[in-house]
Amino acid sequence: MLAMNYRGPFRVRADRNKPDPEILHPRDAVVRVTRSCICGSDLHLYHGLVPDTRVGMTFGHEFTGVVVELGSEITNLKVGDHVLVPFNIACGSCPFCQQELYGNCHESNPEATAVGGIFGYSHTAGGYDGGQAEYVRVPYADIGPTVIPSGMDLDDAALLTDVVPTGYQAAEMGGIQKGDTVVVFGAGPIGLMAARCSWLFGAGRVIIIDHLDYRLEFAKQYAQCEAYNFMKDMDDPVVFIKKTTDYFGADVCIDAVGCEAAGSSLQTITGRKLMLQAGSATALQWAINSVKKGGIVSIVGVYGPTWNLVPIGNVVNKGITIRANQASVKRLLPRLIEHVMAGRLNPKGLITHRVPLEEISDAYHIFSAKRDNCIKPMLIPDSASVAA
Amino acid sequence: MENLADSLLVDKSKTIEGWGVDADPSNNPTYPMKHYTGADHQRLAYERSKQQMPREEVLHSNERPGITRVFGTSSPPSGLSGQLRRYAFRFSEGSSAHWLTLLAADRVNVVEGIFDDLRRGHIPNIFKERGWNAEWRYNRKGVIQKAAVGAVLATAAVTFLILRNRRKKSV
Repeated sequence: MLAMNYRGPFRVRADRNKPDPEILHPRDAVVRVTRSCICGSDLHLYHGLVPDTRVGMTFGHEFTGVVVELGSEITNLKVGDHVLVPFNIACGSCPFCQQELYGNCHESNPEATAVGGIFGYSHTAGGYDGGQAEYVRVPYADIGPTVIPSGMDLDDAALLTDVVPTGYQAAEMGGIQKGDTVVVFGAGPIGLMAARCSWLFGAGRVIIIDHLDYRLEFAKQYAQCEAYNFMKDMDDPVVFIKKTTDYFGADVCIDAVGCEAAGSSLQTITGRKLMLQAGSATALQWAINSVKKGGIVSIVGVYGPTWNLVPIGNVVNKGITIRANQASVKRLLPRLIEHVMAGRLNPKGLITHRVPLEEISDAYHIFSAKRDNCIKPMLIPDSASVAA
Repeated sequence: MENLADSLLVDKSKTIEGWGVDADPSNNPTYPMKHYTGADHQRLAYERSKQQMPREEVLHSNERPGITRVFGTSSPPSGLSGQLRRYAFRFSEGSSAHWLTLLAADRVNVVEGIFDDLRRGHIPNIFKERGWNAEWRYNRKGVIQKAAVGAVLATAAVTFLILRNRRKKSV
């Protein structure tokens, strides 16, 4: 089959000789992929920042597909069902899944206990091949995959596998109360969705901070929020936020950037160039310093598993609450499907590039280098054109 | 009388689709929550799935007793990088030796990947793999600038080496 093939940092290609996946467990399914996206967090893999990312792996944790084969224990799906597949691989019965912490499943990732299994996200997240391919194996298929509701746009469905739940959970974890000021660091797809979802929780002001003008312009339209460039509109983002909140700070700060943040030479050199820490924690540093005393910092940006330079003393002194997790997609899907079907959220509005799977090297480069005003690239495999 | 803050919020609900529909005063402290699901002896006795049978080597964190009920089969450890990975898994996830060794293994694996390609008769097109087609399409000026800078630096380096060799010979 045709599949993305990781060859090293900044090097990927589409190969036609990857063996088709097969059923390896009674609760597996095999899905023919119809839509697949490149996530901002895939870029961390692409840039070689995530340990145990092995050559030959296929990335991709945001995809939809048609069920073509089922394990013997799967009774809630049938061949031909068109499903969206949450990026979490979750057993549904371990103590963490029982608490709806589907991103923290204890039975899907042998290689690390800190995170559950994730499709196509290195061996640190379980070593599963992902959905940037024509076919993909889906473990615990009785738990994750959800039949796409009739009338839902396929592109919307694909973004319900990660971007929408992660953005929504970022806002939810912020504990936003009516009238709160919310600052979102990062105007990538997750940051945009987090900003949009902050309104659903009743935010009074939503401010988004980035350094790419085209993304900030996009944010103003898409998320109807204030948007500022930290390289042009201010000397110091923390002081800027303090000033614009009567010197109190924001009620909620959301880190939607993660380990590849720009804006601090020290963080960039030690985190991204020398890899002395698990990426650059600039956004998190700003979030902690910009939130008001007793405020909440919500983290959905991806960081590596080692360590980062963050002002933990200020967390203590300001009495900040930090909330963070991988999105629990299955928990959130029913409500998010309602929002999409009611028109309150427009996920497909984020997609700026639709690229054939064969041209995956170009798609990764365009997204990574921020070419052509790219916000969100979607991959279309040949197999998508087969009638569902 | 409605105060200014309240009137601003009302305006938001008029202009922003869905404003406040998920507002919940009780959403603090918020998700993720630890819900009580019984004492340890009750929690640990959960119903486990059947075990996926390993066909190839699967490494597992030393913070757990064995492999999980399902696991990925993408790229089993092999070669020198595989040796490094096996070594890395002797250390816990809290240890820098674990993660830094894995990063080193990843870099070794890249070189192994090139040899593996050649062994299979495939010469990797590194320009294409790095997406330079797209770079040429969307940032032609930048590509030309980089190429020009590279050419100047290469010319300078070659000139320097030639001159140094001549000086050595003349001495």
